[in-house]
Formats: sequence, C-alpha cells, structure tokens
Amino acid sequence: PPFPKIKKIIRENTFTVLEVECLIRLFHSLVERANVRLNNFGLDRNAFRAILHSVFGMTDDMLMNRVFFAFDKDNDNCINAKEWVKGLSVFLRGTFEEKLKFCFEVYYLNGDGYISQEEIFDMLKNSLHQQSSEEETDEGIRELVDITLKKMDYDNDGKISFADFEKAVKEDKLLLEVFGPCLPEAKVECQQLKLVKGTF
Amino acid sequence: MGVALTRSAQWTAAGYGTRTLEITPLNEVILKEIVMFVESFIYKHPQEAKYVFVEPLEWKTNLDPSAFESGYIVSETTVKSEEVDKDGQPLLFLSVPHIKIRSLGQLSRLLLIAKDRKLKEAQACIEANRDPVTKILGLDYNTVKEDTSTVNILDKITKDEDPESEIKMKVGMLLKQLDLHLLNHSLKHISLQICLNPTTVKNDIELLKHFSGKGEQTVLESIDYTSDYEFSNGCRAPPWRQIHGEICYVLVKPHDVETLCVTCSTEGVFLNGGKTEDEGEINYERKSEIYKDLVTFLKEKSAKFSENMSKQRKREERKKERKEKEKKKREKKKNEKKKREKKKRKKKKGEKKKGVGEGNKSKSKTKQNKTKQKRTTGEYLLILCTLSPLASPGSCPKSAEKIEEILSDSSSENEEDEEPPDRRQEANADLPSEYWQIQKLVKYLKGGNQTATVIALRSMKDFNLAQETCQLAIRDVGGLEVLINLLDTDEVKCKIGSLKILKEISHNPQIRRNIVDLGGLPVMVNILDSPHKSLKCLAAETIANVAKFRRARRAVRHHGGITKLVALLDCAQSSAKPAQSSLYDARDVEVARCGALALWSCSKSNANKEAIRQAGGIPLLAHLLKTSHENMLIPVVGTLQECASEENYRAAIKAERIIENLVKNLNSENEQLQEQCAMAIYQCAEDKETRDLVRLHGGLKPLASLLNNTDNKERLAAVTGAIWKCSISKENATKFREYEAIETLVGLLTDQPEEVLVNVVGALGECCQEYENRVLVRKCGGLQPLVNLLVGINQTLLVNVTKAVGACAVEPESMMIIDRLDGVRLLWSLLKNPHPDVKASAAWALCPCIQNAKDAGEMVRCLVGGLELIVNLLKSDNKEVLASVCAVITNIAKDQENLAVITDHGVNNDKLRRHLAEAISRCCMWGRNRVAFGEYKAVAPLVRYLKSNDLSEDVDNCITIHENGNGAVKLLLGMIGSSDHDLQEAAAGCISNIRRLALAIDKARYT
Repeated sequence: PPFPKIKKIIRENTFTVLEVECLIRLFHSLVERANVRLNNFGLDRNAFRAILHSVFGMTDDMLMNRVFFAFDKDNDNCINAKEWVKGLSVFLRGTFEEKLKFCFEVYYLNGDGYISQEEIFDMLKNSLHQQSSEEETDEGIRELVDITLKKMDYDNDGKISFADFEKAVKEDKLLLEVFGPCLPEAKVECQQLKLVKGTF
Repeated sequence: MGVALTRSAQWTAAGYGTRTLEITPLNEVILKEIVMFVESFIYKHPQEAKYVFVEPLEWKTNLDPSAFESGYIVSETTVKSEEVDKDGQPLLFLSVPHIKIRSLGQLSRLLLIAKDRKLKEAQACIEANRDPVTKILGLDYNTVKEDTSTVNILDKITKDEDPESEIKMKVGMLLKQLDLHLLNHSLKHISLQICLNPTTVKNDIELLKHFSGKGEQTVLESIDYTSDYEFSNGCRAPPWRQIHGEICYVLVKPHDVETLCVTCSTEGVFLNGGKTEDEGEINYERKSEIYKDLVTFLKEKSAKFSENMSKQRKREERKKERKEKEKKKREKKKNEKKKREKKKRKKKKGEKKKGVGEGNKSKSKTKQNKTKQKRTTGEYLLILCTLSPLASPGSCPKSAEKIEEILSDSSSENEEDEEPPDRRQEANADLPSEYWQIQKLVKYLKGGNQTATVIALRSMKDFNLAQETCQLAIRDVGGLEVLINLLDTDEVKCKIGSLKILKEISHNPQIRRNIVDLGGLPVMVNILDSPHKSLKCLAAETIANVAKFRRARRAVRHHGGITKLVALLDCAQSSAKPAQSSLYDARDVEVARCGALALWSCSKSNANKEAIRQAGGIPLLAHLLKTSHENMLIPVVGTLQECASEENYRAAIKAERIIENLVKNLNSENEQLQEQCAMAIYQCAEDKETRDLVRLHGGLKPLASLLNNTDNKERLAAVTGAIWKCSISKENATKFREYEAIETLVGLLTDQPEEVLVNVVGALGECCQEYENRVLVRKCGGLQPLVNLLVGINQTLLVNVTKAVGACAVEPESMMIIDRLDGVRLLWSLLKNPHPDVKASAAWALCPCIQNAKDAGEMVRCLVGGLELIVNLLKSDNKEVLASVCAVITNIAKDQENLAVITDHGVNNDKLRRHLAEAISRCCMWGRNRVAFGEYKAVAPLVRYLKSNDLSEDVDNCITIHENGNGAVKLLLGMIGSSDHDLQEAAAGCISNIRRLALAIDKARYT
C-alpha cells in the first residue's frame, strides 16, 4: 500500500504508482547490495557510479561524478529514495526542458551558474585521442573549446549561462550533451523503460 | 562537295553577296583537298576531264595572260583555250580579270599554271561559285536529293542511252566521292584540333600573371584580360564571338616587344587586330598564325619570354627536387606517426584514407615523369604552388599532395553519361579559408571521441554547405569517408550529425557519386530500420538526394532500400491511435514524408517502380494523398506520377480512387504540387475511364485556368499535357471549350518551349475532332501558327501538328486557309520524314485536305514528284503508313487524271490494286482504322476503284476482309444503298464474293 511519502513522490513525477513502487523496490535492493552504512540510508558516490556504469552504460568517470552531484539535490553526498526517483524521472521520462536543465546542472560545477572556459576545457580534456605531442592535443582541445564558445556564448562574456545554453540547444538538439554524455543513451533508454515497468 | 562546302567550311558572317571563306585551318585543309582532287583529275580521269559543264565557273583571277603557254591562244588581255566544245566555244576563256572555265580538265591545267597561287585561285573560285556542283552538272541533277538515291539517277541516265550522260554520271559520282572525302576529312580535322578550353586558358593566364611584373627576372611585364566579366562557362569573349570558339582576349606586354592583343580560342591562340584607342573595341580579325597555346605563342613573339621561361623552369626543377627530398623525410615521419596512431585506434577510418592516399602517390609519380616531357596544366600548377605565398613550409606538402590527387584523378573513369566528370577544386594559390578550417574539423572527427566528434560535426554544419567550395573541401580532405564511417557506429548523435551534413552536401552531383563509391548507400539503407525517427528521416532525405542517378538508384534497391522506404510510409497510419499525442503524429508524418521523398527519387528507375508496387507502396501512397500537408503531397504525387508510366500503376491508381485526390490538389496554391498532379493526370489519362473521372471530379476547370499562368514552363508543360490527354474524350473537349481553354491553347502556339508545344498541339488536335472547336481554332487565328509548326524537326511535335492540321482541314473553310498557307505542300513533304509515325500522321492529315480542297486534282498535280512519292510509300512495311497512304491514294484516285498519273508511275494497275487490297484488309484489323476509313469516306472510292479488279475474287483477300472486316462489310452494305450505280454494283460484287467464300468455308467445314 502506498504510504504518504510515495504519494508525494508520485505527484512530482511522471511515473505511475506501479512504476514508482518498482523503482523504490529497486532502490532498496541496490542499497542492500551496495552494503552501505545504515545511518546514511542511500547510495554513496561509488555505488551510484557503479549503477550508472552497469545500467546506463556510462563510462566517463568525471561525468559520472557530475551526474551524481546533479542527482544529489541536498548535497549530503548520498542519494536517498526521493532523489533517486526524481533523478530517474528526468533520466528516463524527462521532458526536453527538464533534460536541458539537468545537463546544464551537470556541466556547471562550481555553482556560479555559468559554465566557464576552464570547465569546458576540463570536460573536453579527454575528448581527443593522444596526438603526436601533448601540445598538439592541447591545442586541439583549446580549439574545440573555442568552437563551442563561439557557438554557444551568445552574450560574448566568455562563459555559458543557462540562457546561452538553452538558446543553443533549442537551435540544435545535438548540443544537449555537448560536453559529454550525461543522459542514458537512446537505446539504453528504451530498455530501461521496460525495466521500470516492473520486470526487475 | 556541295555538302562539305555548305556545312563544314566556315564562311564569314559578313552577310549575303560578299561572303568570303574565313582563313581558318579547317578551310585551308578543305581547299587543299579540293585542289589536290582537281589537279590530279586530268590524269586520273582523262575521259571525264573533257566533260563540258552546264554552266561555266566564273571568277576574278589574279593570273596574268602571260602565264599561259602551249595549248592556249594568248593575247595581251585575253586567253582562249585551244580545247573547244562541240559548238566551237573555248573551254577556258580569260578576259582580265574575269575567267570562265567549262571543264575539269581546264580547271586542272589552270591550277598547274597557277603554281604557288593555286590555293588563292581555288578559294576565289569557290567564293564566286557558291554551288559549283549545280553549275557543273546542271540544276536538275542537283535537285535529285539524297533520299531518292543513286538508283534514280541511274534510271534517269540509262533512259537516255547517251554516252555523254554516262560521263556526266561518272563526274557526278566522283564529285560525290570528293564531297564525302571532304566531310570525313574535316571531321578528322576537327577531332584532331588541340581544343583549348576556358579552364586551361585561365590556368595558363593565372600562371603567367604570377610570373609577371617589374624586373628582369619575370617572364612578362604584364598580362591582363580585356574584360573583367567572366561568363558562367568560363569565357570572357562576348557571346557572339563565343560562337566562333573564342574564349577571351588578353593584353600581353612582354619585355622586348610592344603590347600584344591576343585572342584565345578553342582552336588556339593568335594575335588579333588589337584594341582600338577610342572605343576600346577589339578588332577580332586574325593577324597571325594559330599557336597551340599561350606559352608557345609568346615564345615565338618574345625572345625574352622564351629565355626567362626556361630559366624559371630550371629553378623550379631544382626546387622540386629539394622539396621531394623534404617530403620523403616528412612522409617517413608521418608514417611512423600513423603507425603509432593505428595501434590506438580500433576503427579503420584512418587506414582507409591512408591507403587511398598512398595509392595516389605512387600513381602520380609515374604521371609526373610523363609530364616532364610535355608541359601540362598539372605541372603549371605544381610550379605555381611551390612559388605561391601561401606555400609556407607547413602547408607546402599538403597542397603538393592535393595536386597529385588532381593528377591521379583526372584520369578517373566516367562510367555513366548522366554522371558529371569528377572535378577537384582548383589548387590555385588562394584556397578558401574554409578549406583549412574544414580540414581541421575533419581531423577532430577522425581523432576525437563522441563528444569531440559531435562538436566538430556541429561546427561543420555552420559552414555554408550549399556552397561548392565547402562541399568539395569536405571531400578533398577525406571528410566523406569519415562521415560515412560514422554512420556505421552506434553513436546516435554522431550519426545524426553526420547525416545532417551529408544531406546538405549531397545536393552536389559529384558528392553524390563519391558517396555511392564509398559505399554510403547500404549504410544509410540500414539506418532506415532504426527506431529513431529523426535518424530515419535524415537517412531517407539523404537517400533522396543521392539517388538522383541510375547507379545509386540501383544500389538502393539491391540493398533492400525500397522495401524499407515503403515501410516508412506506414508510420503515419499506425500512429493514428487516439492515445498518441499530436507531437508523435507530427514526427510520424515527417518520417513518411522523408520516405516519400526518397521514393520519388528512386521511382525514376523502372525496376524500382515495380519494387515499390511489390512492397505494397500504392495503397500507402494513396492513403498519404488524403493528408493536406503540401510537403507531403508533393513527393507522394511525384512518386505516383513517375510510376504512372507503368500500366499496372495506372490500373491501381484508378482502383485506389487516387484521381479524385489528384484533382483536389490541382486547386492547391503550390505550383510544384499543381505540376506533379497535372503530370500524374497526363500519365493516367490515356485511359478513358480515368478521363471521365477527371471530368466527374471537376478537374477540367482548374486545368483550364492553370493555362493562364505561363511563367512556370515545367508546370505549363504538365498542365497542357494533362489537357491533351483529357481532351481525347469528346465530352472533355466540349468542357474545355466552355472553359475557354481553346482560345488560350491557340495563344500558346507561339513562343513556347517544345515540351509545351507538343502538348498544346496535341490538345488542339484532339479538340478539333469537334466541329465547334475547329471553327473556334480558325477564328482565333490558330491555323497560321499550326502550319508554321509543320517545318519543325521534333518527331512527337510533328505527329501532333499533322494530326491537328488534319483535324482542321475537315472544315472546307479552314482548308482554304491551310492551302493558302502552303500547308498541303508542307504536309506532303513530311511524307519524306524518316520516322514512320510522322509519315503516317502526315498522310492521314492529307486525306481531309484532298477531300476538302477546291480543286484537289490540280492541287495534287502541282506537287512535283508528289504522286511518285506516295506510290513509293506503298512499299513501306509499316502498317500504319500503309493504311494512311492507301487512304490518301483513294482520295487522289477520285480524280481521273491523277489516277492515270499514279498508274503511269511504273505501278501497274494490278500491283496497285493488290497493295490497296492488302492495305484495306490490314487496316481493317484495327477498329480505329475502320472508323477512320469510314470517317474519311475512303471506302467508297476504294471499292469503286477495285470494281474491275480481282480483289474480291482473290480468296485470301476475301477471308481477311470477312474475318477482320465486319466493319467493312457493314460499310459495303451501306454503299449498296448509295445512289451511285457503279458503286452499288462494286459493293454488291464484293459482298457476294465474300458471302460465296464464307459459304464455301462453311461447306468445307461440314463435309
């Protein structure tokens, strides 16, 4: 029987009652499996990263960390049941706007509301295969940073605000995950939807 | 010689009267050949050399009487030959400066006397006697045109049994041989010409410009075009000079001579008359010999140029060697680097590209050796590149590589005529900055992970991909391979990004071909299965762009693309579930639209049409027709229209009630949609039921009103086509009159492209089957333009025009006008048209003309050789021609005198009758002809003519008439009731014979 907490979760999400139940059950089993301490009831960063990797096929460590921080709304370094369902709601059923917001959150880390040039450089650091020399690779990455800034920094302040980001992505949806994959891949998404529907 | 002179020789365009032969290499060759022929004539054919011309050849000679020696009576101002004709007149008579010559022998001798001036004499002779053959052999000889062949000439000559005519014939044949020889020769000459083209000329000039300037080292002081404007074909000469093959004019200032004004033409380079001071006009006349190219020309004209050019070349060679060494070093390094990279990369992307590159290198090296002996544009470019300011050490090897690519690619095969020749970007000094930027992006595509790839793809999309420089740049830096490889990966975003670019650049015909060569189509066909709608859309749209040529369409089919594309059409239907949101609907509609777009491109191949049908495409297309989205309707109707060329499609279109929707969309605002709908109706309206359907759904009125907009010629052609086919039904023709389409159609008889004319005339031909419409056409002044069109050469148009004229001629009043406009003679001359359809159609049209002409007999007799021509056509083995000709003959035969002429023409009565009888029986095999015979009232005179003959006594004839000619019997029966006694008798006789035979057959069957 759905207790009040779940009712509230249902109201805020796009899942059906049954789906939410399944997700919560899944959450509990994952938590058990992860063998976390009882006083901090939830998934810690390592456990969550393992899930992101095994279930959603993510590979980039840095981005997985960032996704964890985006999930962890209350910044307690642990994802509780509410954050889990809410995050997955965006992950799997999110509207375009929700995803847009989510991606932006993943990409700006230091909390000033902008994605800075340095941050972009950090995120793209590993995007080019090692060229002949380190300098060459660095130069290439800097060029990629320039390209993205030129493309997305509409107000020319050297950093990307949410407004910039929104405008650019709305113009071309390919830019949604411009600095690295932080959403489940489309084909994984399809499988996951089945998973959520209670077969797990 | 006549043909060669009129067709091959290049006359100056100075106008009538004073036309002279231009001094072009081709003309010189022709003249030389003629001189050789004439010179040797007296030895080779002593008999024929004595033949006296019908008319003397006259011209103004430069020869002095003193030049003539033995065999001539020479005075101070006159020369007479001792050789005279049978009336005692000299065969050569010179009265300074006029000369008259009346035999080939004398011509021969004259040329021998003229020695080194013989070319001038020959030229003067030919200029003064524009039709020498006629003068030599007489007018009547020359009018016997090619089509009546030598047999007729032989006939004519042997009849007279005259030795002189025999010689005349031989002379004629010899001249004809010469003519052929000249034509062949000029053809060979033309194909041998070095033929410069705008690009080579431009390259030469660019190169020379680069080496020009102040100082001792440069090859020239300056070189400039006279005109800044460059036409799209690369020429700078004004259009009326381009006709003469001229490309551009250049002002060249060498160090050691005055400024030269030079014409560059396809035949070569020569000095012209220079630029006039006051008006800046160029005197186009040639003032020097023709050189094969600009460099050769300048070497000849300027010693300094020649000297500096060779110095320059040595310097280049040294540089090249040095560079080659450097390059080898660099290549070594590069290879090592690549090896390292290879280990890291799992994908074969890089390898593929590299393999290609290396192949090019080895190939081009052998090429380079060749080019050393013979300087080609390629080498020029090489020189250019090494010198260019852009060629900083870093970029040098790249551009050199590119040139190698150019060299190795220039020999690339050109397998299909519809495919344009491969063209690399000009490797000139100023490669656009886009080129380098794109090259960098491709590097990131190759060496980046998904994130970098998406960013690079996104950035590439921001270039102006509609611009050819960008399209070719992507290809030339190896971007196409990478883009296609990306389609094979699992990364959806990369695929989307790649397809977005491929979709844009595949508008370029060369890129299309490259995509197919790189195996892009199978990959794209696979993507059609993807669950991603946007991916499917992009793949289908790209296929739509690529499948513009045969090989690509075939590839789509062979990889199962047609079935998958047809499956895309299904999306719109399955999503009709109420639960889905409208957003999903829109995306499904988009998928279907893209599918239709691709099918439209593919449906231009017949095998694909069949494949679409088999995949169940027709009902899906029919369903999509019910939507109201214009973007959807255009490709859907486009596909249907293409496919409607197939019979089973037309049947299906009728069955699926598609016509109704086609008619509905004629009323759309979109011109392209209107055009496609009209085309579809045009294709389908061969069928009577379909025509009726078009009328019933109210399609005729929009068609008629669309006629008033004549700006869009494609649409006009489609609309007139639809009207043509629809008007085959009488009810429709009447409707068109009500909608005042006839007047508009008549207005469209002039100043329209042929595609439109064919349809307009076809429509009028059908409409004029009705009395009111005929009158209307006459009143609108349609007869004149129609008759004018009788002189065209387009077969389809001629068939339609003759039909229309014939339809009009049914009206006696119109007939008068046609006759006055010389229409009958024009029709008659079309009987000589090589195409049987035109012949037949012209003959059918002649029938009503002869019937309705005031004095038909006289009219026919006036046409010289006309009766002979028509009797000869009886030998044709084309049934339609036979039928029509018989109909004409029966009409002619109404006039006793003409009948006699026909009989005189070597066709004895029996033979003619047999032909006629055969023709009747054959014609009666088709209902249409039977009706036509009836309509043209051909049967009565035929039967009358056959009265005394053996037709109906001939068993075979009776059987054919009986079996195939129920209509004929009916007509015969009708004739018994006629008031004409002879006719009654003949018809009755015919029938009795037929009956008797039938009884005999029955009897034979029962016993």
